[in-house]
Amino acid sequence: MFESLSDRLSGIFDGLTRRGALSDKDVGTALREVRRALIEADVALEVVRQFTEAVREKAVGAEVVKSVTPGQMVVKIVHDELVAMLGEEAEPVSLNAPSPVCIMMVGLQGSGKTTTTGKLSLRLREKQNKKVLMASLDVRRPAAQEQLRQLGEQTGVETLPIVEGQSPVQIANRAMQAAKLGGFDVVMLDTAGRTHIDEPLMAEMAEIRDAADPHEILLVADSLTGQDAVNLAESFNKRVGVTGIVLTRIDGDGRGGAALSMRAVTGKPIKLMGTGEKMDALEDFHPKRIADRILGMGDIVSLVEKASETI
Amino acid sequence: TRSSSSLTENITAVFTKRKLDEDTLQELEDILIQADLGVETAMNVTDKLASQRMGKDVSDEEVREFMAAEIETVLTPVAAELELDLDHTPHVILVVGVNGSGKTTTIGKLSQKLYDAGFSTLLVAGDTFRAAAIEQLKIWGERTQSPVVSRPLGSDAAGLAFDAYDQAREEGRDVMLMDTAGRLQNKKELMDELEKIIRVLRKQDPTAPHTVLLTLDATTGQNAVNQVDIFKDVAGVNGLVMTKLDGTARGGILVAISAKHQLPVYFLGVGESVDDLEPFEARDFARSIAGLS
Ligand SMILES: Nc1nc2c(ncn2[C@@H]2O[C@H](COP(=O)(O)OP(=O)(O)OP(=O)(O)O)[C@@H](O)[C@H]2O)c(=O)[nH]1
Ligand SMILES: Nc1nc2c(ncn2[C@@H]2O[C@H](COP(=O)(O)OP(=O)(O)OP(=O)(O)O)[C@@H](O)[C@H]2O)c(=O)[nH]1
Ligand SMILES: [Mg+2]
Ligand SMILES: [Mg+2]
Repeated sequence: MFESLSDRLSGIFDGLTRRGALSDKDVGTALREVRRALIEADVALEVVRQFTEAVREKAVGAEVVKSVTPGQMVVKIVHDELVAMLGEEAEPVSLNAPSPVCIMMVGLQGSGKTTTTGKLSLRLREKQNKKVLMASLDVRRPAAQEQLRQLGEQTGVETLPIVEGQSPVQIANRAMQAAKLGGFDVVMLDTAGRTHIDEPLMAEMAEIRDAADPHEILLVADSLTGQDAVNLAESFNKRVGVTGIVLTRIDGDGRGGAALSMRAVTGKPIKLMGTGEKMDALEDFHPKRIADRILGMGDIVSLVEKASETI
Repeated sequence: TRSSSSLTENITAVFTKRKLDEDTLQELEDILIQADLGVETAMNVTDKLASQRMGKDVSDEEVREFMAAEIETVLTPVAAELELDLDHTPHVILVVGVNGSGKTTTIGKLSQKLYDAGFSTLLVAGDTFRAAAIEQLKIWGERTQSPVVSRPLGSDAAGLAFDAYDQAREEGRDVMLMDTAGRLQNKKELMDELEKIIRVLRKQDPTAPHTVLLTLDATTGQNAVNQVDIFKDVAGVNGLVMTKLDGTARGGILVAISAKHQLPVYFLGVGESVDDLEPFEARDFARSIAGLS
């Protein structure tokens, strides 16, 4: 369905002779195609605008080296700018706080919070040797607490015993208490999914934060999200101040433009990616991989690498 | 709806009354893109507008009405009511889709609708993979007075489908509603498993499953087109439900999907409660995309 950006750009630049530097006009033409490619990859329109401006500044006047075409040159600049905007370095989940360190998961319905809670807990225990307690604060969705309990059973990570009738804030308090008494290093709070315009639930989320004082608040979002990514990321961030983003369903064939949207509007790092349904399918964020995907994978990668070698 | 208000403001800002020119068209296209129509579909709408009104004075209202009408034209053929073929009982409804798109919840809501309409149902917990998927469906069964059949986590879903059909027939149920595990359409082995469920159901009744519903999450962007392409191809999807329209996402990708596949859209999910399932109205949906309420 999608034509890759390099196909499009090579078409445009085929007619042009190679010259020393990219002109304003060349760049302008190329950026129209870049814009379209980004929108098709689900990058939010306002972020597309911001992004193409940044590329324009870098590209106009850039020297085109002999071994690459102007089209390849633009792709290289776009790619590098994408990686820069996504965040060059992987930023790990921070545990740099007095124990028990609280990590709170938030996000829309069905984005992958509970699954990621299980995955991250397992990882903290296996890789960092932490004693982790998981607690589900989801008293709304049918069997949500049972889901986390079962994940705890599968992974061997402890879960806070379920007590019927408690509010999310009460459960959060109980979890913090239990973690202190039980000598846990980390408390993972899984919250109910909520739409960001659902005022009572957004207020509840802020109350949970105030009660538990989490060190990390991770926004868990689906990498298949479309234009709405900016609205949701902005709303959650404004309301509770997220400290990082987890992108789920990277194992799908989506183009992942939501990553750029959410990163751009919140300025918060993408810390982890969910790459499957199983408990070990969690990876550090790779900006390069997502940049390649947004641009249309395949030949782009080799093209850029070739250009990089020669530049 | 409340979520379309920002879109309305957008368009009002673009237009009071002025000549329709390239800049204005671009701004309109942008508004449609922000509703997830995708570049091509958005351009189809604005091109039509341009071909009829370019250079003419147009008002805000006129343009919005025009866009809504164009979108409505695409959506009208897919607005349909779910019909049950009770020549074959049980009528088997299989619900499929990517992870977290709202399959189980939609089954709960549908179960209530069927109960209210006087049909007897059997819910089948065909998600034998995800933690507590079975318990989740059982709660929906309790809420909607419907029995639920299940097997332990890890069981073969196709085997369950076969036996559940027997049970539904023996008990004389009108409708068997089968849940399935969420799966991304690019996962070959999971799609094969879905194919197997269908194959096994056909051994029971060559016309089953009678309805294969695909749930699409309204917040999903352009990937929803791939989802429909592949689920239709592999599982014979013959109806759509779009969920989570109570958020700020407009679900505009449905316009592109409808233009391409003409699959009936039976319902819209507008919340997590049992009655948050509405019929799909082409006109309302189109007007909400265009920022008209
Ligand atoms: N393929 C894939 N599936 C995932 C990933 N992360 C989560 N899932 C699946 O997505 C679905 C929803 O995940 P949950 O963890 O229940 O999502 P949630 O955000 O807790 O949902 P609510 O609590 O209902 O808001 C489940 O089927 C998970 O198995 C991922 O990275 N890849
Ligand atoms: N706001 C809103 N939430 C919904 C809607 N439909 C479903 N949900 C929520 O979305 C989340 C996922 O719904 P499920 O029904 O579990 O989705 P699923 O497709 O069965 O998920 P898996 O089985 O994990 O693949 C739950 O929290 C539901 O309550 C809707 O129309 N609006
Ligand atoms: Mg959950
Ligand atoms: Mg389900």
